This record gives sequence, C-alpha cells and structure tokens, in this order.
Amino acid sequence: MTEIERHSYDVVVIGAGGSGLRAAIEARLQGKKTAIISKSLLGKAHTVMAEGGAAAAMGNVNPNDNWQVHFRDTMRGGKFLNNWRMAELHAKEAPDRVWELEHWGALFDRTKDGKISQRNFGGHEYPRLAHVGDRTGLELIRTVQQKVVALQQEDHREFGDYEARLKVWAETTVTRLLVQDGKIAGVFAYVRETGRFVVLEAPAVVLATGGIGKAFKVTSNSWEYTGDGHALALLAGGTLLNMEFVQFHPTGMVWPPSVKGILVTESVRGDRGILLNSEGKRFMFKYIPEVFKDKYATTPEEADRWYDDPDNNRRPPELLPRDEVARAINTEVKEGRGSPHGGVFLTVVGRMPGGAEEIKRRLPAMHHQFKELADVDITSEPMEVGPTCHYVMGGVEVDPDTAAALVPGLFAAGEVAGGMHGSNRLGGNSLTDLLVFGRRAGMGAAEYVDALGEDRPAPAQEEIDRAVAEALAPFEREGGENPYAVHAELQQTMNDLVGIIRTEEELKQALEALDKLRTRVANVSVQGGHGYNPGWHLALDLRNMLIVSECIAKAALERTESRGGHTREDHPGMSAEWRKVNLVCRLAGNADDPRVELKRQPMEPMREDLIALFDNDELKKYLTAEELPAEAKDAAVTTKEGDK
Amino acid sequence: MSYQAKFRVWRGDDGDGELVDYTVEVNEGEVVLDIIHRLQATQAPDLAVRWNCKAGKCGSCSAEINGMPRLMCMTRMSTFTEDETITVTPVRTFPVIRDLVTDVSFNYEKARQIPSFDPGDTKPGEFRMMQQDVQRSQEFRKCIECFLCNNVCHVIRDHEENKPQFAGPRFLMRIAELEMHPADESDRRQIAQDDHGLGFCNITKCCTEVCPEHIKITDNALIPMKERVAGKRYDPLVWLGSKLGIVKKGQDTPSA
Amino acid sequence: MSTVEAPGKKRAQIAARTLRTDNWRGYPIFVVVVFTAWVAYATVRAMMGKYYWVDEYHYLTPFYSPCVSESCVEGSAHFGTFLPKLPFFIPFAAISLPFLLLFRLTCYYYRKAYYRGYWASPSACAVREPHAKYTGERRFPLVGQNLHRYFWAIAAVISLINTYDALLAFHGKDGGFGIGLGSLILLANVVLLWGYTLSCHSCRHIVGGRLKNFSKHPVRYWAWGVVSKLNERHGQFALITLGSLVVADLYVALVSGGAISDLRIYN
Ligand SMILES: Cc1cc2nc3c(=O)[nH]c(=O)nc-3n(C[C@H](O)[C@H](O)[C@H](O)COP(=O)(O)OP(=O)(O)OC[C@H]3O[C@@H](n4cnc5c(N)ncnc54)[C@H](O)[C@@H]3O)c2cc1C
Ligand code: SF4
Ligand code: SF4
Ligand code: FES
Ligand code: FES
Repeated sequence: MTEIERHSYDVVVIGAGGSGLRAAIEARLQGKKTAIISKSLLGKAHTVMAEGGAAAAMGNVNPNDNWQVHFRDTMRGGKFLNNWRMAELHAKEAPDRVWELEHWGALFDRTKDGKISQRNFGGHEYPRLAHVGDRTGLELIRTVQQKVVALQQEDHREFGDYEARLKVWAETTVTRLLVQDGKIAGVFAYVRETGRFVVLEAPAVVLATGGIGKAFKVTSNSWEYTGDGHALALLAGGTLLNMEFVQFHPTGMVWPPSVKGILVTESVRGDRGILLNSEGKRFMFKYIPEVFKDKYATTPEEADRWYDDPDNNRRPPELLPRDEVARAINTEVKEGRGSPHGGVFLTVVGRMPGGAEEIKRRLPAMHHQFKELADVDITSEPMEVGPTCHYVMGGVEVDPDTAAALVPGLFAAGEVAGGMHGSNRLGGNSLTDLLVFGRRAGMGAAEYVDALGEDRPAPAQEEIDRAVAEALAPFEREGGENPYAVHAELQQTMNDLVGIIRTEEELKQALEALDKLRTRVANVSVQGGHGYNPGWHLALDLRNMLIVSECIAKAALERTESRGGHTREDHPGMSAEWRKVNLVCRLAGNADDPRVELKRQPMEPMREDLIALFDNDELKKYLTAEELPAEAKDAAVTTKEGDK
Repeated sequence: MSYQAKFRVWRGDDGDGELVDYTVEVNEGEVVLDIIHRLQATQAPDLAVRWNCKAGKCGSCSAEINGMPRLMCMTRMSTFTEDETITVTPVRTFPVIRDLVTDVSFNYEKARQIPSFDPGDTKPGEFRMMQQDVQRSQEFRKCIECFLCNNVCHVIRDHEENKPQFAGPRFLMRIAELEMHPADESDRRQIAQDDHGLGFCNITKCCTEVCPEHIKITDNALIPMKERVAGKRYDPLVWLGSKLGIVKKGQDTPSA
Repeated sequence: MSTVEAPGKKRAQIAARTLRTDNWRGYPIFVVVVFTAWVAYATVRAMMGKYYWVDEYHYLTPFYSPCVSESCVEGSAHFGTFLPKLPFFIPFAAISLPFLLLFRLTCYYYRKAYYRGYWASPSACAVREPHAKYTGERRFPLVGQNLHRYFWAIAAVISLINTYDALLAFHGKDGGFGIGLGSLILLANVVLLWGYTLSCHSCRHIVGGRLKNFSKHPVRYWAWGVVSKLNERHGQFALITLGSLVVADLYVALVSGGAISDLRIYN
C-alpha cells in the first residue's frame, strides 16, 4: 500500500482564491488551526484574473448609494431568483469587507477627496465598483495573500513557526472529501509535485474551489475551473442549487483562436466603449428588454450624455446585465451581422476625451492584452468580441448566514456556493461575495468546530483506500483513451448543446452524449510517473466535469422558461411560477457509479421589509399575483416604522 | 498558414535532463504556451508545465525561451522566423521539479520575512489617501509574481550562495512598496540593507528588462530604496545631525 | 511549500553560458569601446595644458573649467588662480575634474554600464558571469557608491560654473556681445549637462522622492514629476553629454590652436 502522510487541522479550506483565503484568515483569527489547499501556487487562483472591480455600496462617488439600492440591483440582476438573505448580507457587509482590505494594505484608486474611487458597471445603478485600474482581482488576492503572511508572521513571533496555525498546501489537489457517519472527517489529496497522497483530518472543510468553466470549450476560465468543489460536495452527500444558470460573458476575445474566450473586461463598456455590428450600427438599442425600458437610454445621444451626467440621463444599453448583452451579440452574429472572426466589434476609439493616452491609462491591462496577444492597438482599432463561458451562478446549497452546506462540517463560499446571484450575477458582485461569504464560512466553520468539542469524526481507512484506488485507476488501465481527447469532446458537447441558447431537443442530445462520455471517462488511461503529470491530473478532473455537466444539462432541461443565464429558445418567456422553484441536484444510487438526481424545491418567500424596497409595478414583472404584497404593502410600511 | 516548427524543450527531473527535439505544428496567432500544450496533447502527454490564466495575469508560466526569461503565454510565435529552432528551458535560478516546472518556494519564503503593512492606529474605513500618494506603490502592486526578475538577477542566478542574504528584486520592491505606502508606519530601511541584501544589487537592470508587467523595478523601486538607505546609513551629514540630536532617529522595524 | 517529501532538488543543469540567440554582446562592446576612447581622449586633453582658451571670444573648454592654477593663461581664470603652478599630471581644473570623475563613476547609469561592460557582472541578462564570488556594493570600495548624492551636489555647482563660462562665451571680437558657432556649442553642451545633472537619481530623491506624502508638498511633487520625466532619459543624457563634452572641447581646441577659425554669426 502506498505510504500516506496524515496531518490534522481544525479547519481545512479547499481553494486559495479570494473566498478561500478570506475564509482561512477568519478561521485562523478565531484561533483555529487552519490549512489552505490549492491546485496551483499561492496567489495564482482565478481571482487574480478579475478585472473590473468589487461592488460595495460605500457611496464614495454618489452619496445616494446604500445597501438597499445595491440589494435591489442584485435582485434585479438575478431576476429575483437570488437567495434574498444572501443578497441582503452581501449588500450590507460588502463595504466593511472592502475597507478591511484597505486596512490590510490594498491600494485602490482614489477619489479627489482621498476615498476609494468607485466606477460604473453593468446593472449597478450608481458607480459602485472599488477598483485598481483593470486589475482589481490581483489587488484583492495579493492583499489577502499578504494578510495570510502577516498572520503567519504573528505565529512565527509567538511559536517560532510560520505554519503553526496557518499552512498553505500549494499545488495540492483534493479528490475526495472524507465523511464519517454523515459528518465531514477530512480530505484526501495528492501533491502535484510528487504525486504522493495526503490525508488532512479536519472536522470542518470549507469549499472555495471556484467554477466550472473548463467544461465548456470557449471560456474565460483556466484549467483549474473543473467544478471540483461542486463534484466533491455532491460526492459527499451535499446538494447543488440551480446549476442551469451559467453566465456567458458578452465580451470574450474571439481571435486569434488560441486566446478565444479570454475576457475583455466590462469596464471597457463602463468607460465609454460601444458595441457595433459589421454594418457599423450601435445595435444594443434594439435589445432593451421590457423590464429595463425605463432605465436605459433609447438614443445614442442620451446614452453618451450619461457618462458625464448620470443623474439626468438614462444609461447606455451596452451596460445592460450580461445575459442580455450576450444574447444580443449572439443574435447579431447569427443573423449575419458579425465581425470577420464571428464576433462583433467593441470599440473605444475616439470615445475618450483624453484620446489614446486616456485609453491607455484607464484600460492598461486591456491595451496590453490586445497588443500582446492579438496585435491589435485598441487606441486605434476596434476589438472583436463574442460571448464566453464565464461564471456559474449555481452551486453548493448553503445556509446564508453560516455558509454551511447540507453535510455537517461542510461549508462553501465564493463561486462554488449557489444562491447569492440568482439567475445572473452582476459584474463586481463576485469579488465582494468572496469576501463577505468567505469570512462567514470561516466563522461558520470555527463555530461548528467549537460546538463539536472533542467529538471529532475520524476518517475510516477503507474510505481512504478507496480514494487511493480511484486516484491510481488511470495508471492501471492499459490502452485506454487519451484524457485530452475525451475532455475536448466534453467541452464541445457542452458548448454546442448546453450553450447560451438551449432547446429541449439539444439538451436531450446532450444528456445522451454525456451518458456515453461517462463510460469513456471511466476508461481513460495515462502514462508516465506520478510526479507533476498533467495527463493524470486531467484524467482525475474529468470525473468532476462530467458530474457537473450532467447537473447543468438536467436542470436546463427541467426549467422550461428563460431567465438570466438560462435561455430556452422553446420557452422564451420568464415565468413567475418558475421563479418560486429552485432546482436541486444530488447524487443517488450505487456509490460506485452514482447518478445525478434532480428535485424541485420551493423558494422561500422574501422577507416583507425587503419586498417593500421595490415598487409594486416592478414586482409584478417577477412575482405571481398571490406573492404580490398588494394589501401587505401597507403592512410592510408599518413594520418598517415599527423598526425605528 | 500553419507550419511545422522546430522546438527544443528541456526534459528531465532532479536537475539532470537534456534538450529534446520536437517538430510540431504552429498556427496563426499562437503563443509558445499553445505549442507546449500541443506537444502535451499529441507527443508528450507527461510534459510538465505550469500555467493558469493564459493571459499574462497570473505569472505561472515563467520559462526561458531562446535563453531569455519570459512568460510562455505572452510570447507570440510570430516573433520567431519559421526556420528558427526555439529552445524552451525551465527558469535557471530555482531547482527543477520536472521539465519546465521549477520549485519557486524560495520566493514564498522571502515574502514571509518582510514585515507586513503596518497601518498604525488608523481604523478600517478611515484612510484618506490621495491618488498621487498611492500611485508609486500601485505600480509595484501590478506585480504578478512570475519571479522572472528574481530568476534573472545575477546575484542569485550565478551565485547560489547569496540566496540566504538576498531577497531578490521582487521582494526588495515589496519593501519599497511599503516604504512608499502613504499609510504605512514602519521603517524597513535598515533591514532592506542588512537582511534582504539591497547592497548586492548593482543596478544592472536585468530585472526591469524581463518584467512582463513593465514595472520599472530598478529606477522606481531599487534605486529610490538605495537612496533612502543611503540617507539613513551612509550620509555623513545625517550621521552628524543625529549625533548632534538635530535629526530624529525613528524606530527600525526588524525582519519578520 | 508542501511537506510531502520532494525529490532531490537541483537546478536544471545546462552547460551553455547562455542560450540567448540575439546580439547580447552589442551593448557591453559598445560600452567598452566608447568609454575607453573617451577616457583616453579626456586624459590626453586634461594634461595637455594648452588649447583650452580662445581669448578673442572668451571660449573656455569645460575640461579646464574652472581654471584655477597659476599656469592658466590670462583671462581664462574666472575665479582666481589660488592653486600654484602644477606638475604636468595635475590638470589645471584640479578642483573640479576629480569630482566630475567621481560624479560619473558613482552615477547609477554609469555603474550599470561599466559593471556590464568592463566587469561582466553580468555582461547581459541571463548570461552567466565569470566571477566565482560576488558581493555587490556592500563593502569598501563599492559601498562608496552611496556617496553619489554629494558628488551630485558638487557637480551641480560645477554645472553653474560651466553655465557662467558658456554665457561669457557670447563675446564678440570687439569686446561686446557676439555669437559664434563656438558659443552655441558651449551653450548646447551646458544645456545637456543640466539635463544630465537634473535627471540624476539622487536629485530625484532629494527633490521629492524621499517624501511619503506628495499631497502635502505640492511644489516638491511638481518638481519631482519634472525630474522623474527627465530621469527616464538619464542614460541617454549620460551618453549624449560624453559626446557633447568632446565636441565642445575639440572645437575650442581647434579654434584655440588655430586649426580652424570660429564660424561667426554675429560680431
Ligand atoms: C477573467 C475573469 C474576470 C473576472 N472579473 C470579475 C470582476 O471584475 N468582478 C467580479 O466581482 N468578479 C469577476 N470575476 C469572477 C471572479 O473572479 C470569480 O468568480 C472569483 O474570483 C472566484 O473566486 P473563488 O475564491 O470562488 O475561487 P478562485 O479564485 O477561482 O479559486 C479557486 C481555488 O480553488 C482551488 N481548487 C479548485 N479545485 C481544487 C481541488 N480539487 N483541490 C484543491 N484546490 C482546488 C484552486 O486551485 C484555486 O486556488 C471574473 C472572472 C474571470 C474568469
Ligand atoms: S538591477 Fe539589481 S536586483 Fe535587478 S537584476 Fe540587476 S542586480 Fe538584480
Ligand atoms: S516584478 Fe515583474 S518580473 Fe518581478 S515578479 Fe513581479 S511581475 Fe514578475
Ligand atoms: S499562464 Fe498566467 S501568466 Fe502565463
Ligand atoms: S548622475 Fe546618474 S544617477 Fe546621479
């Protein structure tokens, strides 16, 4: 039997992105011995790629902003499918989390009076995104990374060991959560460098593994995003919420082919960028949906005035929520008005008062990216862009206040958690989501460990043996398929059949195709040794991508309406009945070959004081007649007064 | 538009390895990392390479291409001629794990020895900092930690024995970042010189030459730090002033 | 960073000094050739003890400014001759030349250039250096590089003197104001010298770089901005002034020696 190292911790955090690091910091601040596990090196997680900013209603630029407005925007963006409690906590706590970053050394761009500057972004009523040029994610992850270091330095002073209470396991991948008597007992992982296995025993595990983008062919996500956390949660008995909602970012690069999918930040549009079709027409005016009619400009003149005078003009339609813009681009391309490489044009040429210099100053990363990767100078040429798979709104079902999943001892935060963003995430809401719920998950885990006392579940040897066997299986199989080929096919299937626009027929085909892929995934084989073997790593990730893909396709087939990140060509309308329904995935059947099972689960009605934040007219667009607070309206007002 | 390119890739683990020749397809618009991935998918499935974002944002894919330290994902194939042989080796200053992947833990250890940001008594939300005050440190915070600068710096690249005493340009720049941070209250000048080896740097600017973020490491971080250290330690007037009690001496922050 | 034991750790063993395929030798060779030639020229000229003053137009070469030895020809000593007659190996401008030499020797740009060019430490990036040991600028004598700011201050004073010389050189044959090619060359040289001196890194530090909060010192912030802009071209100024010094000196020498006559524009 292979020798397996064992370590024990109070809390294990899987993921070293913004949410994972924030959770670990919190657990450590609560005095818990904490480990952080990450597939790549510290500071390289996906969060580093976030560009636009972190949404928090600090009201630094427009003092009218407050948590209620932010909450409303979030709910509208998510088409009221959000877990309202999460949206509420997020809107309320985001400013504190951003200020906290500053206290840990972050340097955001400033306003004239020395506060944190905030910028406009799609779906946000006021300038709300704290940012640093277009590298906000880098600032965020570096700051929390440096906070981790600061805590390690404290421990070094106290115990003479940097890693006494907070250790980072870099380039280590978890393949199984270990569960004993229905409770979390630890995690099983391999170390990339050596291929050796480790077991980290811990009563509480926080999942912060990010998204699933690598299941799609065109994506802004990196190889890490293989839905590991989603799959681990399912395999441990947890549930996934509303997995059909996948966000396609409207502006990914479309050319050259090798960078297809790489993101072009939304700040380009926030900073006066406009979308044109091959006829040179600014087409977004055609695509303003009914629910947003009174919020968006109908003429280019009004739209252009808005950048300087947002109080007296409506915003440009380029800043509609992402799902709307992505669908519009998709339609333009389908109807033959696309750019040469199958996208549309996005341009800032001649649109900034400061000319080329201002473009370079405001969008340095984009200028650099296009120059280096596509040989396009965005100060004088338009960019070609098209939709790219970007974010998954669905995720592990958690308790809003503690981030606890259904399995005792399991917590989830960040992109891997579901609910917060409803059917569509607003730009900038993710970065603060990471911080708000990362912290809550860390606290939730610490409290859980305290409540558990001495009575910690220990992982069973046979479960560890099973995990070892599963991990080594691809080496045992002779002459099986190449994992790269299987992966490519999975991505193609998802892209073609479960993409932006979905139909019943295609989704059924997708499920059949996935079924066939299951046998192929079970049959891949790899060569070479155990140390740093990328083929092997991919072979192990395939299991996760497959499970997650199945959830997405099943849920997409079930939900016969179009809403946010889920568009059914055969059911184009949004249905108030469906709004009341969450689709929940779990694994069922034989433990060795489990199947995805889908259930409908009613949505909890929104608290009255929160409902009262919206006009009745607006609510009518989303809620069923009986949900409307017609007479409850008055009641809501009195409770509000009662509060005071 | 596609052609067959000649590649030589360093393969091996435990330091001993060799340059292996490959012929591999190249298409329009590709970067070196694409070609390495094509090798992986078609000819060498276990070829180890580290990467994440493929957009020059994470700093994972550092290597040396035709001898120059670079990010593989940001090196376009169109910068080479079709008949050129392209050599790809792991970065040289750090030990090899396998093929193109190196053990960069040196950098994480150094990062831990630099005293963290010290906000003094300011509470979260109370900071008021002007754009012109944060600008200098913001330039350094663009760093994606690719460690190409630490790799190319001859102080440790050519002299392994200097590693314990030298933090490398990346972390000397981190000290500069904190020294210039308008809200930081510590004084790291003494340790910059004594513990982290600022004096080793002979300002030959290779770090600046290779930085993919085009940070002016030498001009904006290292030389200003040298000047600050000179003001603290090597300035006879300051020395005299402090002996006479005219110049106040602050508290030095020890290494962490 | 993980503790699960890793294989023995060694760097990639590659014998070649560098795998660079570009022309990395260009810069160090350029530095050695240009600097050596310049030093040779300057040494010869500084010790020559003649052809440094054109009395007709009051041209004084910067290599003899300020001329303070009793050997200085009449009119060339603008600040008195407080040094006695000197042996041949001590230049007439004995109070300025050594400091100018030290100023340039400790200049951050020249340091880069000669460490690369003469000392091969390193010759070029990612090219292995030939030395077995390396201690950098931490010990005597190289620790003295830290005195650069003082040499800068002295050099600034000398630049003032050079400026004074250049202004005096607007001198006509009949005593009044005049312009010749020589006066223009001397003026251009002085402007470039100021460009070099003001773009100095120590200057940048002193003017404002040492501050933590620019917003509290708007004037110094502005000055720092200007110096920083110049500083981006500091290396260029360093090289151009080598050339301009030679041109100015050579021109004065040729006119003074009578090999050519000054091209007069006005008087
Ligand atoms: C290009 C791009 C731009 C974006 N821009 C913005 C923006 O402007 N504003 C905004 O709010 N949001 C933005 N987002 C979204 C946001 O960046 C992500 O949703 C967010 O960073 C996710 O953070 P996370 O902490 O959940 O996970 P990540 O940062 O992705 O971290 C996941 C971590 O989990 C680890 N991990 C995964 N699986 C395993 C495993 N099996 N074992 C061990 N470790 C594992 C990974 O190694 C990694 O460390 C953007 C996203 C992309 C891709
Ligand atoms: S300038 Fe200094 S730190 Fe940078 S590479 Fe050269 S010696 Fe190293
Ligand atoms: S300073 Fe530049 S070269 Fe050095 S690690 Fe940062 S990004 Fe890389
Ligand atoms: S892969 Fe991220 S920098 Fe190259
Ligand atoms: S003169 Fe070159 S840096 Fe001072």
